[in-house]
Amino acid sequence: MTSAGDDDLAIETSGLTKRFGRQTAVNAIDLAVPRGSVFGFLGPNGSGKTTSIRMMLGLVAPSSGEVRVLGREVPRHLPEVLPRVGALVEGPGFYPFLSGSANLRRLDSADRGAPSATRRTRVDAALDRVGLSHAAGKKVGAYSLGMKQRLGIANALLVPRELLVLDEPTNGLDPQGTREVRHLIRVLADGGTTVFVSSHLLAEIEQMCTHAAVMSVGGLVAQGTLDELRRVGEARIRLLTPDGAGAMRVLARLGLESRAAPEPDTDYLVTASLSPSSGADAVAGAPPAGQSDGAGGLPAPETIVAALVADGVRVRGFSVQRASLEERFVALTGEGFDIAQ
Amino acid sequence: MPSDAVPTKAVPTNAVPSDAVPTNAVPTDAPRPTGAAAPRRASGAALLRSELWVLFRRRRTWALLLALAAIPILIAVAIRLSSSPSPGRGPAFLDQVSQNGLFVGVTALIVAIPLFLPLTIGVVAGDTIAGEASHGTLRYLLIAPSGRVRLLVVKYIGAAAFCVAAALTVVVAGTAVGALLFPIGPVTLLSGTTIGIGEALARFLAIAGYVTISLLGLSAIGLFFSTITDVPVGAMTATISLAVAGQIVGALPQLEWLHPWIFSHYWLGFVDLLRDPISWASFGDNAVLQAGYLVVFGALAYGRFLTKDILS
Ligand SMILES: Nc1ncnc2c1ncn2[C@@H]1O[C@H](COP(=O)(O)OP(=O)(O)OP(=O)(O)O)[C@@H](O)[C@H]1O
Ligand SMILES: [Mg+2]
Repeated sequence: MTSAGDDDLAIETSGLTKRFGRQTAVNAIDLAVPRGSVFGFLGPNGSGKTTSIRMMLGLVAPSSGEVRVLGREVPRHLPEVLPRVGALVEGPGFYPFLSGSANLRRLDSADRGAPSATRRTRVDAALDRVGLSHAAGKKVGAYSLGMKQRLGIANALLVPRELLVLDEPTNGLDPQGTREVRHLIRVLADGGTTVFVSSHLLAEIEQMCTHAAVMSVGGLVAQGTLDELRRVGEARIRLLTPDGAGAMRVLARLGLESRAAPEPDTDYLVTASLSPSSGADAVAGAPPAGQSDGAGGLPAPETIVAALVADGVRVRGFSVQRASLEERFVALTGEGFDIAQ
Repeated sequence: MPSDAVPTKAVPTNAVPSDAVPTNAVPTDAPRPTGAAAPRRASGAALLRSELWVLFRRRRTWALLLALAAIPILIAVAIRLSSSPSPGRGPAFLDQVSQNGLFVGVTALIVAIPLFLPLTIGVVAGDTIAGEASHGTLRYLLIAPSGRVRLLVVKYIGAAAFCVAAALTVVVAGTAVGALLFPIGPVTLLSGTTIGIGEALARFLAIAGYVTISLLGLSAIGLFFSTITDVPVGAMTATISLAVAGQIVGALPQLEWLHPWIFSHYWLGFVDLLRDPISWASFGDNAVLQAGYLVVFGALAYGRFLTKDILS
């Protein structure tokens, strides 16, 4: 499979860059969104998610780099691509003086491929899907934030799509609405639609996505399946033993740098990193191809336990722990609260 | 890969061989209908219909048209209430209104064309693109996809439709209120001849057409301003200011060489349609001038909008 024009990818960018004056909002990102995936696009505020999405949809011209959507180059082939893509970009946008269903009919009429004959039924079906049937005749000006957000999602569902691009779809939704949207995304994905969903909420991505990419200050710092992203996180062993010093000696012999902390009940908690010297960013930017555990010649957990026991270390507890995706996310995007640029 | 066994090229719809997705993909096998597979209608009739529907369903549009209708009504009522008409003062035809109510519409047009009509056109034309941007609907229209050129054309046609409605509103409201409050009869033209009521009404319609054409250049200017900004009020203000500035320049004898190029130069020329025989010269000159403005500002709007980053 070549990387250029890969037909298995719903979205593919190479070196995609957008500069606003001196500021680089999106910095040479290489995204690869497989068809059929639910792809989480994760990043803190201002990291360039919406700007990337705008470039994918032809709203904003890239400063450099390329985008291919559904196998076609954008913006050149936008007229063929866009009818197959449903999108929610930076919140919903509607005419406050029209009703919800009138708004959807208006936007649907802009799509030349959408047949007029079925417009009403398709609008009703889309409203029904997001639970807005009862508010269909109400003016959007009188909608609540979450109702508008639902209407925005309904707009993306007016015709069957191959790709849905949803920019923070659960923004402003109540917990029930959030769950429904997650469910909806899963149903759509089961139907074969590729869903590209941006969020700054890791938990949300973790619950509904198969793949994810992480943005930080305009750059792509990691992408892959959720498992791959978890795996590249640092793994540590935790050993509970009364023989702290002995354990550290054995671990040192195995090439592991360890620390021992006294615990209550005369035990020690010995911890050691199982990962080769924090090579966590090795996969950054490229879709990692199944990395094996314990790479770099480090011993497998069972070997460690065997060595410990053979040396007379009393093992009272032993576990291997991986960094949670959240720790990964924070490690990749930085801890601070301040907007980076 | 399993998809290799499937002759996907033979499938008529553009079904996606989505089982070729490498990892963790949700398997699917049902070919789904896509927008691209549906037969495409060549025209953008649905969008134009929707545009006109939205425009004429807005309360603001009706408020503008009502304000325009109020001008002939005000004039007629004022003349009706004042006992002594002051001949020779006020706009042309004003002193004839009390004898023949049919003149109310024309008088109102003379009053409305320097300011009120350009004001309403400025509001509508300035709102075309910037208004969509401010509602956040511009990005959704474009990804629907409407196509940028098609959207621009539809928006301009919408503004032109409002010009028709605006001119007709003044003429129709004026003629109606004139017929209601004053005696009506055969109309004496500027050249002294008299025509029947039927022909007079036909000429008033032609005048509405003339006024509509007069406003097309300004509409193109408004459309262009509307592509520059995301703030509709800004585009409206710029358009209206330019309409006023154009007439100020048109009134300065020092700038006489410039006058034939100003979009408002022939605005009052519609009275030529009340001569016998009708003098079509100003009609033609006006049409050419307005077409020139449409071409220039249409091209500017096109150039601006086609490459614009939609950040609204
Ligand atoms: N119109 C603009 N002009 C200048 N800079 C902009 C513009 N739009 C966005 N930016 C900048 O680009 C960067 C990325 O913005 P973007 O909206 O893509 O972030 P985001 O990841 O979507 O953030 P959020 O989670 O808050 O939606 C930000 O630093 C922002 O200031
Ligand atoms: Mg955003």
